[in-house]
Amino acid sequence: MSPRAACRLESLGFTPIYDYVAGLADWTANGLPTEGRLASVLRAGDVVRQDTPTCRLTERLGDAQERARAAGQNVCVVTTENGVVLGRIRGEALEGDADMSVESVMEAGPTTIRPDIPLKEYMEHMRAMRVGSILVTTSTGRLLGILYRQDAEEKLGSSTTT
Amino acid sequence: MPTDISRERVQELVAEGAQLVDVRPDAEFQGQHIAGAIFLPPKSLDAAATASTLDRNRAVVVY
Repeated sequence: MSPRAACRLESLGFTPIYDYVAGLADWTANGLPTEGRLASVLRAGDVVRQDTPTCRLTERLGDAQERARAAGQNVCVVTTENGVVLGRIRGEALEGDADMSVESVMEAGPTTIRPDIPLKEYMEHMRAMRVGSILVTTSTGRLLGILYRQDAEEKLGSSTTT
Repeated sequence: MPTDISRERVQELVAEGAQLVDVRPDAEFQGQHIAGAIFLPPKSLDAAATASTLDRNRAVVVY
């Protein structure tokens, strides 16, 4: 929608015109201020851990292991140079032979969610499905980080007691 | 052609005085919008509405 609006404003003589295509989802994912009726609703993007270790398809499993260890997490997300999610390595797969290729051990096409999903509803879904964590990406597939159910439960718990 | 920009660039431009314009439908704007954004839905993007809402001498960022 915004590309058309940007072109329309340009045709009306406004210049310069810039288009923030990533928009509100990207803004909220980074904890920046918003206003409106639903601005105070907690969303997935509010509790995303952004220090997620990543690796490239062409790297060795050893590289992924090293980054996961340094970040203190049991996961490494496989992305393109531009940060688009291709896969994930976790659990036993992350403990394999360091000389294996990332591509040969990764779990391809992991489920992802967008950062503007309301946290409470999604946390209930995670609990029902016994999901401990989920990748959060922009609508273009670029990794924002990982949402851990434990973080979501703590955040929702603290928001109801304060 | 309008330029696609990053969040960091949005923040810089707004700090320099750019006008941030939300062009999504009314319900979405009322629900949640970037703090300080001006509401200007697609159907209002005509000469009269923009002339009364926006300053031609300042940059415009839409989302």
